[in-house]
Amino acid sequence: MIDKSIKKVMVIGSGPIIIGQAAEFDYAGTQACRSLKEEGIEVVLVNSNPATIMTDGDIADKVYIEPLTIPTLTKIIEKEKPDSLLPTLGGQTGLNLAMELEEKGVLKENGVRLIGINATAIKKAEDRQEFKDTMEKIGEPCIESLVVHDVESAVEFSAKIGYPVIVRPAYTLGGTGGGIADNEEELREICANGLRLSRVTEVLIEKCIAGWKEIEYEVMRDSKGNCITVCNMENLDPVGVHTGDSIVVAPSQTLMDKDYQMLRSAALNIITELGIEGGCNVQFALHPDSFQYAVIEVNPRVSRSSALASKATGYPIARVAAKIALGLGLDEIPNAVTGKTFASFEPALDYCVVKFPKWPFDKFVTAKRTLGTQMKATGEVMAIARSFEAALQKAMHSLEENRKSLLYPEWLEKSLPELEELLENIDNTRIYVVAAAIYNGMALEKIHDITKIDIWFLQKIKVIVDMEKLLSTGCCDRDTLLEAKRLGFTDDVIAKNVGVTEAAIKNLRKMWNIRPSFSVVDTCAAEFAAQTPYYYSDYCVENEVDTTKTRKKIMVLGSGPIRIGQGIEFDYCSVHSIWALKKAGCEAIIVNNNPETVSTDFDVSDKLYFEPLTPEYVTNIVELEQPDGAIVQFGGQTAIKLTKTLNDLGVTILGTDADHVDAAEDRERFDEILEYCDIARPKGQTVFTTEEALAAAHALGYPVLVRPSYVLGGQGMQIAANDDDINEFMGIITRTIPDLSEHPVLVDKYLMGQEVEVDAICDGRDILIPGIMEHVDRAGIHSGDSISVYPAVTLSERVQKTIVDYTKRLASALHVIGMMNIQFIVLHEEVYIIEVNPRSSRTVPYISKVTGIPAISLATRAMLGEKIQDMGYGTGLYPNSGYYAIKLPVFSFEKIIGADTALGPEMKSTGEVLGISQDYNEALLKAFEGGGISLPKDGKIIVTVRDKDKPEICEMLKAFKDSDFRFYATPGTRKALLEAGFQNVKPVNKISGDSPNILDMLSAGDVSLIINTPTHGRLPDRDGFKLRRIAVESGASCLTSLDAARAIMQSAYIVPSDKMSLTDIATLQIKK
Amino acid sequence: MLEDGSVYEGQAHGDFRETVCEVVFNTSMTGYVEILTDPSYAGQGVVMTYPMIGNYGISREDFESERLQPSAFLVHELCDTPSNFRCTDTIENLLKEFGIPCMSGLDTRAVVKKLRESGTMRGVLTGDISDKDRLMQEIYAYKQEGLVESVSCKAPYVAGKGNTGAKIALYDFGTKRNIVESLASRGCEVTVYPAWTSAETVLSTHPDGVMLSNGPGDPAACVNIIREIRKIYNYGVPTFAICLGHQLTALAVGGETERMKYGHRGANHPVKFLHEDRTYLSSQNHGYMVKAEGLPQNAEVHCVNVNDGTVEGILYHGKPIFTVQFHPEANAGPRDTAFLFDKFLKMAAEGRYDD
Repeated sequence: MIDKSIKKVMVIGSGPIIIGQAAEFDYAGTQACRSLKEEGIEVVLVNSNPATIMTDGDIADKVYIEPLTIPTLTKIIEKEKPDSLLPTLGGQTGLNLAMELEEKGVLKENGVRLIGINATAIKKAEDRQEFKDTMEKIGEPCIESLVVHDVESAVEFSAKIGYPVIVRPAYTLGGTGGGIADNEEELREICANGLRLSRVTEVLIEKCIAGWKEIEYEVMRDSKGNCITVCNMENLDPVGVHTGDSIVVAPSQTLMDKDYQMLRSAALNIITELGIEGGCNVQFALHPDSFQYAVIEVNPRVSRSSALASKATGYPIARVAAKIALGLGLDEIPNAVTGKTFASFEPALDYCVVKFPKWPFDKFVTAKRTLGTQMKATGEVMAIARSFEAALQKAMHSLEENRKSLLYPEWLEKSLPELEELLENIDNTRIYVVAAAIYNGMALEKIHDITKIDIWFLQKIKVIVDMEKLLSTGCCDRDTLLEAKRLGFTDDVIAKNVGVTEAAIKNLRKMWNIRPSFSVVDTCAAEFAAQTPYYYSDYCVENEVDTTKTRKKIMVLGSGPIRIGQGIEFDYCSVHSIWALKKAGCEAIIVNNNPETVSTDFDVSDKLYFEPLTPEYVTNIVELEQPDGAIVQFGGQTAIKLTKTLNDLGVTILGTDADHVDAAEDRERFDEILEYCDIARPKGQTVFTTEEALAAAHALGYPVLVRPSYVLGGQGMQIAANDDDINEFMGIITRTIPDLSEHPVLVDKYLMGQEVEVDAICDGRDILIPGIMEHVDRAGIHSGDSISVYPAVTLSERVQKTIVDYTKRLASALHVIGMMNIQFIVLHEEVYIIEVNPRSSRTVPYISKVTGIPAISLATRAMLGEKIQDMGYGTGLYPNSGYYAIKLPVFSFEKIIGADTALGPEMKSTGEVLGISQDYNEALLKAFEGGGISLPKDGKIIVTVRDKDKPEICEMLKAFKDSDFRFYATPGTRKALLEAGFQNVKPVNKISGDSPNILDMLSAGDVSLIINTPTHGRLPDRDGFKLRRIAVESGASCLTSLDAARAIMQSAYIVPSDKMSLTDIATLQIKK
Repeated sequence: MLEDGSVYEGQAHGDFRETVCEVVFNTSMTGYVEILTDPSYAGQGVVMTYPMIGNYGISREDFESERLQPSAFLVHELCDTPSNFRCTDTIENLLKEFGIPCMSGLDTRAVVKKLRESGTMRGVLTGDISDKDRLMQEIYAYKQEGLVESVSCKAPYVAGKGNTGAKIALYDFGTKRNIVESLASRGCEVTVYPAWTSAETVLSTHPDGVMLSNGPGDPAACVNIIREIRKIYNYGVPTFAICLGHQLTALAVGGETERMKYGHRGANHPVKFLHEDRTYLSSQNHGYMVKAEGLPQNAEVHCVNVNDGTVEGILYHGKPIFTVQFHPEANAGPRDTAFLFDKFLKMAAEGRYDD
């Protein structure tokens, strides 16, 4: 029964995407908000992340894109007066904030109660000691451990239980700051770091059980006490690797029913004792050779694992959790998948699910790739098949890392002793090393001894390896081909091994009738008829898809796993396009493989294909569905890359056609178009070799911008100041891109001007620009990493007009239909084009929200043939909304050891926050606060900049002469400041200098901000690199852009700290 | 080949020979060893919906009876490289040892959908599909007779000997070992009787309680057993019945049973206890059910299946007797309702059902 006293519920989102907290909370939050609204509840949503679907005006009744801080939340509570707070949907961030609101008495004062979980339960689950005591009380074993608040106690305890030990900080997300220590020295280092990162200066020291099986259960409980498990999952990587970095399989494969039920019962005991009313994730370590187990961790909220479990089973955990929080029982909530049964059942899978993490190491070439208790993945993919082998290979294909097979020469060429050594080291390539070891004849037992990966998984990998061996002998009879397809081999891999063309394999398959078919994910192993069209492919099974065409069928290609440069924004775009298509009366089909997203929720599209976004898999779907059109504009580079495949299949690409997309990307063709449009761009050349690159740089004059063509998120893009830089960058590019003749390198003159960006909706005739955005950071920093301001504040009327005019010309010349994004540089009142992307960009969600223009919906309608002038928003540049909206990038540097935090043309941020206000400086301050950077009015600021920036910093700091900021500078910078007449600056030595140096100040922990501009180069051997790493690891904010630094200082200086306005985005949108 | 003529292909495993059986499906993702040794599957060909079977091998400790019980085992993929610390052998070897034919490579999902739509069917497992008429005759000639007698113990025996707790008489209609264990581990001395034992024989030992076990086949066919249960019912000794025992009890007091379309077989069936308004997950394995209509006045349906509302448990007011359709002894499946054994023993001690 619904608790009638609940009428208005506040939901806290998880904030910006960071490692350990990705799109899964948008998925969970969106689903839950819709679930609450279904029951007639008024929903107040707060999230600082504008790229989310949950912050759309139609998902919640009141939407605040405001900093997730206690003062802001308090203000919203006072303004909105919700009766309840549902704290379990915003990840660890949401839970922590709810706890703080409770502890500070804010909830009590305002008559708000926690629903879904109470404060006692949160403490029992989150506080290490209370958790241990609770587990002891109900007889659930924990790992030998001790909660400590200082390093010495940790050392003492570890000496007693013996090394290795694991350090786990309390109240951090994604295991931030944790690690395994093999000896006292390591312990001291990890422990000190963990204590600092913990909100309550507390870490748990525990006996290392690395090598045990890691098993997770997703459990639900209602207020009556009914409990169920949604599913269990087994990590291929045993305990020791963070589950977010592990390959995970659902359901468990190596557990007998006794093992399974033992842990299931334990999970139910735990959720019962904690009294959670909603969902909960329980992680166990299971001894591989006995029934001995230990509870590792409990997450009393929806989580990454619960998102995975939802997608793996079809059971909508967040939706059900929201209803439970309102008082409904599991036996009263219908199972939306079958429509017949209820939520009080346990899904039965008749397939196998494999999750594979997506790591950002391609972005952070200097980063340590080893995996441990600190999560490093930015996203993940999921694959479904009837066999583990096929699911694993499909997951691997979904990563879009060009890994089509488990076998790579890089490792196959290694000797057994070399491979043994590699296996000892756990990193992101372990699965490929294992495959190579198996290929080269290493005994499975040996591999198991080293890696502790269960023999069952190794046997399955061996099946894949053996099949590839068989294929490489040229064997390709019907049975072999069928078995290879059943094991998940793609045609190109089969062809390469057999030594024939891919077309030949395709023909053989047609001849032998080896075709994929699609099965339904139905939560019940076909026991009941399912209502939801959620499909995966496999071979030799019955096809269950009804392809009857009743209306126009449009396929939307999704954006795959969350990665740097292609984040949640593209899922936002895909989902809005689907909604627009449905509204226009089309049948909307989505293809995607990311379990964390809204687009892969079972009730978003008319049909969901959970498949890799690669040519073969997409071809299969096209051949089956015969869609009337496909949309590739909204799925980032992932979808764009599939354009050719779709074209070859004769599928109409809706919107800008492929030829014009190519024209925008092809250097020469684009130059022609610019000439035709009479638009200038920075001079540049296309080169194929390092020699040509050097020649081009000399001709253009340094500095130049070097980047590979066809890139994503500025991958491999660098500013070169001299020949050495060119040599270094070209080396890196040629290592990552094997064939430069197909993807040449672009060398452009680097103009240091004002970067400006627009997104435009085009119908072939008219354009609509929601707004012009300018970057706070000057050109040279990737647009995704720049602070972006709407509306433009520094541009003259004339420049703005030029920008609109250029946009129109380009839209027309490139025949753009749908979305396009243009980046300009403005230098001395002249406007230059940097690039045009005839597709959706990462700024679309935010610009849609602050202007109230549903850009994706309009673009989709334009693609379907509607005219912009008929849409009711006018044409040209849309009038300013009266609000300043500032987008600030958010990074996850503390998770990626060894990554340089200096910003440049290559994107490094994982997420973003928005600050909105009618006052520019307040919007800035909100953005910084939302991004976790706060600068007190009397904060300590360390300044250390490269020589060429010294004049500028002197000029800049003068504006803050009368502020209360306390400035420190390294000798060179200080000298410059003093000479420039800026006296208010104390000395501090460089990191490599004598004490007291920066390190000492950072250790003392009271530095608010470091301003450091990097010298060029990507190698981590410079003093500045060390400084930036240490800053990140000690939790101090370090800005490498003078523009950003000026912005935060200015906003902190000017805005009175007690005044902060609130903006309800939903009303902004409704107004239009 | 199923009785509607549909043919499914796969590879032969186990002790493969032509076999006619009733084809049923089970949706449990673990517990194939327990399922294979559950006597309630006698005469049936069991289709496992989970596609990879045999992953953790077999462990004889987990046997629910002395031998493998189904007539045939039908799977999508059979794993011959199992892994688990208690694994002693592969499932292939086990099937061979006990003479059970098996088929792999089957599109089990397609078969389940067929059974879901058409209801449980008979079928034949064969290596030669050429003479369909003959096979169809075989299918139609197939009848399940004397299943309970075939799986029951042949002579009484005592489990938990020397235990000082309640003395329980257990009617073995094909009992799962864990029913015996569940009682013995709670301190009971359990005397297990063959299915055909007379009520007088059992009652003359003055048991504190009588337990009626699960078992295979159509309950209405067990005419003699129903007669004996009626005597036990009338005598009023504290009685707890599971599955077939539950159905037989209902028949003994004038209730009716009917064949279900495709039954309940799996480890995920929600059962609602109406008095407590609580729902528990249960293990189930039955193709027949007790009809809610036609039960005597004193019989109260106190548990129902949340999915389809069918009868899951009956309380007989005025008698210390309650019966359940599901399997509180689990194996395979959730252990959520194991507390019913405690409830039974409390009832046996006090002589009355205590809600």
